[in-house]
Amino acid sequence: MSILELKEVNVFYGDFQALFSVSFSVEEGQTFAFIGANGGGKSTLLRTVAGLLKPASGELCFQGESIVGVPAHKRVGMGIALVPEGRRVFPSLSVHENLLIGAYGGRKGEWNVESVLELFPLLSPLMKRQASSLSGGEQQALAIGRALMANPQLILLDEVSLGLAPVVIKRIYEAMGHLVGKGTTILVVEQDVQHVLTVADYVACFLEGRISLEGKPGDLSSEQITAAYFGM
Amino acid sequence: MDWVNVALQGVLLGGLFALFATGLALVFGVMRLVNLAHGDLGILAAFVALFLLDSFHLGVLLASVLAIGVMVAIGYVLQRGLLNFTIGTDDTRPILVTFGLSIIIQNALIMAFSADSQGLDVGSIENASMRISDQLAVGWYPLIVFVIAVAAIAALQLFLNRTSLGRAFRATSDDREAAELMGIDNSHIYGLAMAIALGLVALAGILLAIRTTFDPSQGSFRLIFAFEAVIMGGMGSIWGTLAGGIILGVSQTLGAQAFGAGWGIFVGHAVFLTVLAFKPSGFFAKTVTA
Repeated sequence: MSILELKEVNVFYGDFQALFSVSFSVEEGQTFAFIGANGGGKSTLLRTVAGLLKPASGELCFQGESIVGVPAHKRVGMGIALVPEGRRVFPSLSVHENLLIGAYGGRKGEWNVESVLELFPLLSPLMKRQASSLSGGEQQALAIGRALMANPQLILLDEVSLGLAPVVIKRIYEAMGHLVGKGTTILVVEQDVQHVLTVADYVACFLEGRISLEGKPGDLSSEQITAAYFGM
Repeated sequence: MDWVNVALQGVLLGGLFALFATGLALVFGVMRLVNLAHGDLGILAAFVALFLLDSFHLGVLLASVLAIGVMVAIGYVLQRGLLNFTIGTDDTRPILVTFGLSIIIQNALIMAFSADSQGLDVGSIENASMRISDQLAVGWYPLIVFVIAVAAIAALQLFLNRTSLGRAFRATSDDREAAELMGIDNSHIYGLAMAIALGLVALAGILLAIRTTFDPSQGSFRLIFAFEAVIMGGMGSIWGTLAGGIILGVSQTLGAQAFGAGWGIFVGHAVFLTVLAFKPSGFFAKTVTA
């Protein structure tokens, strides 16, 4: 059974339509990647799945049940966690408090402060620091750790490598591999195509609010991807 | 020695100002809502206590506790039923709505209780005082009010720093959308914040009503004093609000001592404007950005 299924989803910002009848389904345990240029609708899609945006029409099912009317704060409890673009850690809270607040939605599971620190040992010496004082890479690790504290079945990663040093990006992709090993389903949005194709089971390319290409990375040629990416 | 005495009265008075201001600061901190009806809601609490006292012949203590409970409930319902709809739109909407609320409360109180001054009587404790030295004396009641104010502010600070719900308050204050992604129901948090704020301002309003006479028009003055305390203390700092309240209280009593009774409030405003001119962020501002 697919864990997440979208059928003909249309999303607007006011009068501006950001997604045009988008349909796809994600299998449990899959790493599903969205690529595409800025403004293509990738972030909009993740925000819609997380519940921050309401589709004007279309169906959105999580584990076979419609979640269109479920507010964002309840979707966390169902097992959907979003690591938002720009990290969005709580600046005035300590690193430890940021992690604790991640568990506010209250799903039980194997993720807790200890296991998150095992995954991101770099956070251990920073626990008492204010999150605003962390570097970009540290904040990103914190943002992912905070999302894991909710023990999600489906984690949505929005541009998690943006603006980070290559060594940090490597660490984050390693962590993603670790999540896959645990059976977590991952929906990842990236602009860095090369990187994401190495971890994804399935990839969809967004162009101007529509899926312009989709398939397994091995089945797609780089010419096809370039054409879908730029709309040529 | 007179001056020390007067300054001490000012410090004690400042505790009450701070208690009035704390709820205002909390609500602004958590949801960026400027509640122009804050002072009137404090005075409303005093009238609720007076009503319970007169109608059901309860003791002052019981009537006060009930009135605070009523205000806590009103806070939650008011937030969920009305004010939540004004948040996250443009900044002027909550100001207009709470301004309207302020006018409605004042006029409803005049209709129900008339514009006459009222008092809540607790007997001899109101005027009893404790002699510290030959020239130095402290009224028991102002001292009790100060201790209650500091205790309430400390309790709020502990709640915000040490509890899971308090952490959720701070997270929502930092980034409401990210808080939602953590499973926090912002509408509920806002309701609770307003409930706590009105509980605190109800306590302040009742303590004020016991200290002096009160009438429906006083809420506006209380609001101005509360704003002055919050701004002098600095946004985001609850202990700063206490400091701001004390600065205002001392300025008022020393001003009255120096220039005559009518000048106290003027000197308070003048000190506030001076602080605003030279240190507009206040003394203990604790605003953090990512």
